[in-house]
Amino acid sequence: MSAVTLETNDRLLTVRPGGGMGPDLAEHLATHGTLSIPARDDTDWRTGIQRAVSASGLLGRGGAGFPSALKWDAVRRGRRRPMVVVNAMEGEPASAKDRVLLSYAPHLVLDGAEVVAAVVGASEIVICVAEDNRTAAAAVERAVTERMRAGIARRRMSVRRPPSRYVAGEESALVSWLDDKRGLPMLRVDKSVPLQVSRRPVVVHNVETLSQVALIARHGPDWFRRVGTPEAPGSTLVTVSGAVRSPGVFEVELGTPVVDIVRRAGLETELAGVLLGGYGGAWLHPSRLATPYAPGPLSAVGATLGVGIVIALPVGSCGITETARIARYMAGESAGQCGPCVYGLPAIATDLEQLAAGRADSAVLERIRARATAIEGRGACRHPDGVVRLVRSALAVFADDVAAHAQGRPCPGHSAGSVLRFPDGHLASRRAS
Amino acid sequence: MITRQRVALRLRVDPVACDAYGYCAEILPERVTLDEWGYPIVDGTPVDADLVALAIRAGAECPRRAVLLERVTVNR
Ligand code: SF4
Ligand code: SF4
Repeated sequence: MSAVTLETNDRLLTVRPGGGMGPDLAEHLATHGTLSIPARDDTDWRTGIQRAVSASGLLGRGGAGFPSALKWDAVRRGRRRPMVVVNAMEGEPASAKDRVLLSYAPHLVLDGAEVVAAVVGASEIVICVAEDNRTAAAAVERAVTERMRAGIARRRMSVRRPPSRYVAGEESALVSWLDDKRGLPMLRVDKSVPLQVSRRPVVVHNVETLSQVALIARHGPDWFRRVGTPEAPGSTLVTVSGAVRSPGVFEVELGTPVVDIVRRAGLETELAGVLLGGYGGAWLHPSRLATPYAPGPLSAVGATLGVGIVIALPVGSCGITETARIARYMAGESAGQCGPCVYGLPAIATDLEQLAAGRADSAVLERIRARATAIEGRGACRHPDGVVRLVRSALAVFADDVAAHAQGRPCPGHSAGSVLRFPDGHLASRRAS
Repeated sequence: MITRQRVALRLRVDPVACDAYGYCAEILPERVTLDEWGYPIVDGTPVDADLVALAIRAGAECPRRAVLLERVTVNR
């Protein structure tokens, strides 16, 4: 379990778990208060919730940043009863916020799922926790059982365990696993058509999004907007790692300067850059550390909130070597379906490894840029696009180092250790050196 | 102001189905080129009237049925 640092004004992570498991139902209700969800379709209640969530300005916390309430109308209109899928896959190796949330506040997540299920008229809730994530699965299983016993579970609720792979949590891959066990991303020709499991429409939400929905349903949009910025209201969970004293999960207000987030985790040294979003995210230049942590300001500097990953890269580390490690890892995590991803990602990883080692030919930079442009937008899912964004940001943020490496002068940081985490058994770090 | 619209065809490739046979690029080089690995890079701008027949043929002859023809509404 990752370290969690709580502050008194935290909204999501408010209760210390007893013995590593989450608070029980009674503790949960004592902290957050009860939440009444109508047993049958109740138009007033439903429109009230939809209005509240729209007015709150909540954006999905699973990476895409989509307005949460917009997902609901499309599935409500179908003839078959929808299914609510809780996405707790958390395939990003540097992320821990979803598992922490499930362990610390499983009932808040389940409350949110019940709210969405009642709004869309779903008959079933399925919570997907990756196969290797036993702690979070145990916490949520326990919470589900408690709700059944207490008689407050209004619809079928089950925990499912898809395989732990990077792309397994991609929405269409997750739905495909539930539907036919293939678990591969699908090309979605028309994104407004809902995904289906057993021909029933499905709405997929990230666990953090659902906890936020549970809070908005209780306290309303004005309360939600009391923190954050007008464009990006509310708080969010981040997982901070790298060159910090206390890596772990933190709840921060959207709009907090990036540097303050890193400081909360105990910034120890001068930084060469910060990786934001995830392994398909972007590097932030040290001169941009004051950038507010919110979608608008971050996209202005080429970065993204992604799934809330913040990795501090210390001066003396080599950003190119680290990027090569990530690219190699991401190449290995391709679902192996689309040519541009299957061939393009390993090719870019090799280019970066040669550049990192100072052994590249003179055309390497041109080749990396051309290959990035060639594969962008050409996969069924956005897996290759994330790598493209990361690689482009590395070339820009570490421009001086890139020039030196390209001339055959790798920096000493090339042989330094990595601040990145990869799943056990992954060879990226060895191959990059 | 009234904007007049018409329905046009746009080419798209399903990258999951495509196996780099390359027929599409042979039939419609005006819209499809191949990348260094032999996979099609598609120009998604609407297909001009004189190319529509070829676009339909590219769709029909793809052994993997990976060439998709989408109807889009465009302003004249
Ligand atoms: S783009 Fe890559 S990860 Fe996504 S479906 Fe295609 S092969 Fe799989
Ligand atoms: S003809 Fe079909 S399989 Fe061949 S490259 Fe074109 S889309 Fe791919």
